[in-house]
Amino acid sequence: MTSTNKDPILVVVQLTGGNDYINTVIPYQDPLYYDSRKTVGVAQDEVLPINDELAFNPALSAVKDLYDQGKVAVINGIGYPNPNRSHFRSMDIWHTCEPEKVGTEGWLGRAIRDLDPKAENVLTGVNFGRGLPRAMALTGVPVASVAVLESYGVLTGISEEQERIKALDLFSRMYSPIVGTGHVMDYLGSTGLDALKGADILKTVPAHYQSNVEYADTTIGRNLQGIAKVLTADLGTRVFYTQQPGYDTHANQGPVHGVLLEHLSQAIDDFYADLREHDASDNVLIYLFTEFGRRVKDNGSGTDHGAGGLAMAIGDPVKGGIYSAFPSMREENLEEGDLKYNIDFRGVYGTVAERWLGLDANPIVGGNFEQLDFV
Amino acid sequence: MPGSDKPLLAHLLRRAGFGATFQELERYSQLGYEATVDQLLHPEDQPSIEEDVLERYYIDWKESRNIEGALTESVYRMNAYAGGRPLQEKIALFWHQVFATGLAKVLHEKTMLNQIDLFRQHGLGSFRDLLLHLAKDPAMIFWLDNNFNHKDAPNENWGRELLELFSMGVGMDGQENYTEDDVKNAARAFTGWTIDDDNVASIPFGKTPWLFRYVPEDHDEDEKTFMSQTGNFNGEDIIDIVVQQPATARFLSRHLYNFFVADEPQVPAWQHTPPGDPEAVKILEDEYFRSGYDIRSMLNVLFKSDFFKSDQARFAKVKSPAEVVVGTLHLLGDFKFPKRGIFEVALGCRYMGQDLLNPPSVEGWHTGEEWIDSGSLVERVNFVADQVSDIQQPGVRSMVETLLDRTAELDPITVIDGCLELLGHVRLHDKNKDHLAGEIRSMLEQRGGLVAGSPEDRQLAEKTVLHTMKMIGSSREYQFC
Repeated sequence: MTSTNKDPILVVVQLTGGNDYINTVIPYQDPLYYDSRKTVGVAQDEVLPINDELAFNPALSAVKDLYDQGKVAVINGIGYPNPNRSHFRSMDIWHTCEPEKVGTEGWLGRAIRDLDPKAENVLTGVNFGRGLPRAMALTGVPVASVAVLESYGVLTGISEEQERIKALDLFSRMYSPIVGTGHVMDYLGSTGLDALKGADILKTVPAHYQSNVEYADTTIGRNLQGIAKVLTADLGTRVFYTQQPGYDTHANQGPVHGVLLEHLSQAIDDFYADLREHDASDNVLIYLFTEFGRRVKDNGSGTDHGAGGLAMAIGDPVKGGIYSAFPSMREENLEEGDLKYNIDFRGVYGTVAERWLGLDANPIVGGNFEQLDFV
Repeated sequence: MPGSDKPLLAHLLRRAGFGATFQELERYSQLGYEATVDQLLHPEDQPSIEEDVLERYYIDWKESRNIEGALTESVYRMNAYAGGRPLQEKIALFWHQVFATGLAKVLHEKTMLNQIDLFRQHGLGSFRDLLLHLAKDPAMIFWLDNNFNHKDAPNENWGRELLELFSMGVGMDGQENYTEDDVKNAARAFTGWTIDDDNVASIPFGKTPWLFRYVPEDHDEDEKTFMSQTGNFNGEDIIDIVVQQPATARFLSRHLYNFFVADEPQVPAWQHTPPGDPEAVKILEDEYFRSGYDIRSMLNVLFKSDFFKSDQARFAKVKSPAEVVVGTLHLLGDFKFPKRGIFEVALGCRYMGQDLLNPPSVEGWHTGEEWIDSGSLVERVNFVADQVSDIQQPGVRSMVETLLDRTAELDPITVIDGCLELLGHVRLHDKNKDHLAGEIRSMLEQRGGLVAGSPEDRQLAEKTVLHTMKMIGSSREYQFC
């Protein structure tokens, strides 16, 4: 990677619903794939070959271009022991790194805490979307959750400036800690104060953003553009998060999955071009993940919840290539009809935390796990 | 007992409904607590809104509906019924949060809204009947792919979620409630439960709602073993077995407690985390079996229990976005009839993180404190602050005038206590009351506190009251119910 004195930045994109791994990175030479995927299989002559074994889904043409430039790491067969096939639970596991018990602390919450131990910057972590993902949740760690950048702020309905200043002052006093009111009340208090601080800073962002990149008009595109605006404003944000929902393709998978991947691929391409235009791409790593892959055999219309998934790391700092082996699809190697994972996701998070963000991985992911060399 | 405790009634109405105006509290107080509970539990005895008038004025409102239109209609109905049949809407909201089905996939507004109607009609009845209706609900069938659950190619989605999310839950007291084989066999028992394909054509007649259809030739007639019982089970048999399980009693009781009494940990934690108040949940479990799975009976016990009425249960829940939006609209006394502006306020639910009819997944929304993050809190504060200080709203005007008519000269405590009471006996911590009183005092010093003086005096007094309402509405205490 190019040497830089800029702080490393992580952008996490969550593909919500369980992205179908083997239709995203397709083992297009394996007859077992076509045997198992009679309905939803992607034809051999349509895929975008990476090598003799694997190919991208045709909807990922922009990602394929980045791959060819050596900027995409494909991480095969990512998962964890005793895979859980419930969305909620499996997503919680990915968010908290707690496959055994139910955790409430997010791994990125811990990373943000370690990046900014005194919580000096309320914008060290910024989520684009509705509601805070558990991955970023950790008591005492402020994270701004921004729906729409342009209208972010408290008591915006008061138009008279002096009146608003007084009201905001009263607001901040009414949200200050009061001993003995319980942790939920405390949490609302600190969240309100953080929002107040964050809003003051973020309100300056849109006016300063200029770009020649026109993002495709999709939800994921708008969210990544929001991230680009804040990122290029140099507010010290180190971890960004957003998600693209809709991957729960039990039925009618063919057209639905292709559109999702196309939106994703285009949005990443636009985002990357935007960063390059702002000379900001050399210190940004994009990390894509999903809560699980899907069953190897399709169900005649779509695919059911499975195990063994896919993650990707994209960006200038990434050493492109294929990491970890594609899991075997032979019947005897499957586990309850699903691919067996061969790299623990906590090792991949560990790679990101340690080799990219420069943090001690162990406390963030809850142990020592095999890391990869993609960064 | 007439003249009973208004703060307690306000608590009841915040939970069994969307809060009450001060005029409504006066009425309920004449009726007494127990009789109020009885009335709430029988919404069908209260007047309906005038559907026929609505349809006359808005001939094609059900034809042109999109996802936002469906959300708006839901918010409109919750608000329109918040005065007369609040529990009908609250229980529908409850079931929507538990049986979370979404338009992101269903993409058929009428069919989706029919599911909500199902909750209105059967949400207070027998849990067995409700599950059976749910299993036959076309939106649910499509949402969880039971139309792709075939004799020769089972699709487990509905079978799994029926057990995991809709009845037993994964586990309790640290144990698993069922096995993977139970999931597979439950799914097999529901093969052939599908939707009527002939009925999905949207052209040229508009979107007609989907219907349930049972296809016997696609039903797996082989023997199945489910929860240690063996037989040639059909879907109805699975539901009969499910409702008899202690796990189902626990799961449902815990859901009711979590929604109506006090916030519990998130659902996935229930296998390993015992209920916050095990005795209360046990009382509900017992009533579940005693009444033959009757939800109305369980709620009757719940609302009349000491654990519900206790001071501990007051303001022990973080309001859901629907509760913030509808609760605030109800106070305003507006939008009893659909009109311009309802769409924008309804979308508030989405901005606060509860996109009604479009939950993030079948597992619904994370609730309680997890409703709150800096983004959603900002949305909440701004929404409430703007609405409750808008003098154009009839409900706001009547609160302000009631307060001003009571007194000739304002002082900070009169203003604050008056606003807290009129907004529905809400509370502010003493320290925050002091902060607010300081601000009101300086306003009164600047503007004078006379109410009965000149029209200018009255107008200034009005402004002071509105500002107080705004700041109470933007307080963190207001986010609790």
